[in-house]
Amino acid sequence: MGNLREEISMKQLLTGNEAVARGAYEAGVIYAAAYPGTPSTEILENIAQYSEIIGEWAPNEKVALECVIGASFAGGRALASMKHVGLNVAADPLFTFAYTGVNGGAVIISADEPGQHSAQNEQDNRNYAKAAKIPMFEAADSQECLDMVKEAFEVSEEFDIPVLFRMTTRLCHGKTVVEKGERKDVAIREFVKTPSKYVMVPAMARARRKDLEVRLNRLKEYSESCTWNYEEINQGEIGVIASGPSYRYAKEVFGDSVSYLKLGFTNPLPEGLVKKFCDKMHTIYIIEENDPYIEERVRILGYDCQGKNIFPSIGEMTPEVIRQAVYGEALPSLEYDTSALVPRPPTLCAGCPHRGFFFHLGKKKNIMISGDIGCYTLGFAKPYNAMDATICMGASFSMGHGAQKVFDQGDKGTRVVSVLGDSTFFHTGINSLITVVYNQSNTINVILDNRVTAMTGHQENPGSGKNIKGDPSTMLDIEEIVRALGIRHVRTIDPNNLKQVDETLNELLAINEPSVLITKWPCALKKLSPWDIEDFPGAFQSKNYIQEDLCIGCKVCIRCGCPALIFDKEKKKTHIDILQCVGCDVCTQLCPTEAIKKKED
Amino acid sequence: MTKSILLAGVGGQGTILAGKLLTQGLLEAGYDVKMSEILGMSQRGGDVSSQVRYGDKVESPVIEKGGADIIVAFEKMEALRVLSYLKPGGQVVVNDFQMPSMPILMGDRDYPVDALLEIEKHAKLKVIPASEIAKGLGNGKVMNLVLLGTIISLMGLSDIDWPRIVEESVKPAFVDINIKAINAGIEAVR
Repeated sequence: MGNLREEISMKQLLTGNEAVARGAYEAGVIYAAAYPGTPSTEILENIAQYSEIIGEWAPNEKVALECVIGASFAGGRALASMKHVGLNVAADPLFTFAYTGVNGGAVIISADEPGQHSAQNEQDNRNYAKAAKIPMFEAADSQECLDMVKEAFEVSEEFDIPVLFRMTTRLCHGKTVVEKGERKDVAIREFVKTPSKYVMVPAMARARRKDLEVRLNRLKEYSESCTWNYEEINQGEIGVIASGPSYRYAKEVFGDSVSYLKLGFTNPLPEGLVKKFCDKMHTIYIIEENDPYIEERVRILGYDCQGKNIFPSIGEMTPEVIRQAVYGEALPSLEYDTSALVPRPPTLCAGCPHRGFFFHLGKKKNIMISGDIGCYTLGFAKPYNAMDATICMGASFSMGHGAQKVFDQGDKGTRVVSVLGDSTFFHTGINSLITVVYNQSNTINVILDNRVTAMTGHQENPGSGKNIKGDPSTMLDIEEIVRALGIRHVRTIDPNNLKQVDETLNELLAINEPSVLITKWPCALKKLSPWDIEDFPGAFQSKNYIQEDLCIGCKVCIRCGCPALIFDKEKKKTHIDILQCVGCDVCTQLCPTEAIKKKED
Repeated sequence: MTKSILLAGVGGQGTILAGKLLTQGLLEAGYDVKMSEILGMSQRGGDVSSQVRYGDKVESPVIEKGGADIIVAFEKMEALRVLSYLKPGGQVVVNDFQMPSMPILMGDRDYPVDALLEIEKHAKLKVIPASEIAKGLGNGKVMNLVLLGTIISLMGLSDIDWPRIVEESVKPAFVDINIKAINAGIEAVR
């Protein structure tokens, strides 16, 4: 029994993100950086727990990758992780990094989101590997995440090139059984000044461009012979070519009734293996999530196949989707009446500091509200209706600026209020505010400072006073920054004070110059730091209740959209869910009969 | 033969911890185990689900519609939302607890009070007052472990050493009440 227990304890259930972190540790990584983004966030959170690795939150993905490039040049193994849209931000350094190549191995993790569970778009970042001309791995489960990340560092150093590691949501957050290994001690390589390799002025970059093709040709040989691309031949002449989790999904549906070409290393694609496999098959299915990345190559090689003509390019390629596409029907399931079902959209939490702000912002007339990416994007929804556009991280200020310039050409006097969060301001909002100042629009630029990167699960950021390891760090002062950028009209308010929110918005709308409004109150779910407790006395320390005889059932309080306020249709009274209430007092300020009281201990 | 368990609830109800303990127990019992859950907006009151699959060799971590042997819903309306995932003839366990979503709180829609009647027309249903049982044990939050207990009982997993798995997974102060909650769940469906 003792042996069995020991044997079992070698095996663990890990998410793909945890497995990537473990793989980085075992590979001897010494530096890792990221900006949080679902579904990639937990990679750096887990890496930061290893004392052997310097883990850092960067203000954005471009910065993260550039730090990793520097770490690689200096001779250490380094890793950057990001969600799919983060790689758009980091694309600039990525493409030239392919030219320079590495010194210490470098791996870039891209966590894609087929199905858009938590993202503004659905993009297939395998296209980046092709466009940037860098090798790519696609893992199918957590064990492969661990093993392939280790191998990716070997490939990076052997072929002198950064490696892209493509994951998807199910892989990042799904758990499968993993056997761990030990950390490999990798010596830091010496940095030798080599301008022809590291200084990418055109003359030297042209030479590296040619060298890149040489490296890619060598990688083609690797792709043909590596253990990550392999055949599983079963009876019959039906063949499935699949990569990533799609391989597991295909096996769920077809089992051993078809043969497989499982691709784990997909740029450059192993064309020889593909030909060999296709020549043996009568019918070929290409099963991959999102774009016809493999399929296009297979077609170029001259093989007819079943790909995006039957499988959707939108959403996840789950077993259900495969079954439907190939057999025309899903598993038998229950037919029942869903008409009474009510959606359960995510909402701003009870005590969310964004509530008081959006409550008033949504009431302002003749304004356009330029939004951004964070919990506060929920401001678009009822009852606030307080967001008119959202594109990407940091876009609110710049998009708002452009909109204002055009509105200024008309005669309606429309004003723009641009809204983002503290972490988004540090990400790229800060650049956008520079154009607002430099090119002078009279937009009201709001920074909802809830003292943490909330949306992705409470990561520290440059304004929170702690680093990823939880150690104290320099706390950037947003108010000082915006003043230094040249904003003359700056107001910092408590967003739970409705009168102050309303009056300050009116005041700034009356000014014909750029202004910044900082709403400063911590996220209701944040674990408060000692200085938070000092700065925000009494925060989340009380609870409210509604004195029933004073409640007239007018539902005015309900209009603030707090999930702790529940209207009882039979009694025609509202009551407060004591478990959710944190005593922010937004509803208290709305009640016309002063029925909402502070609960005494 | 691969078995599939779907846990459905609302962000913050503890589906993730219940799923974590369940998968740990299954792993230690020698099964191949895969789990899938979608994180992200879940903390902000949205609907959440954890999908657990186990057997000799599991391929997909994702449960298909019509693929779950058992659905355990932490909230009544969520049971109705995921019912299409149940295998015909499968078992549904529902916590007798309702949590109105925002369109209901705003007065735009009514809570589907007949959700359980609709489920009962199509599937084997057990309604368990898990929240009440948990409160009776002294901590309403262990409702998730009461529901884990129902899964253990209905899927025939009582032989696994659950007290030890709880000990290894939760803070010492909560071990006792969590074990009690699991046992109460096992009792509730006996």
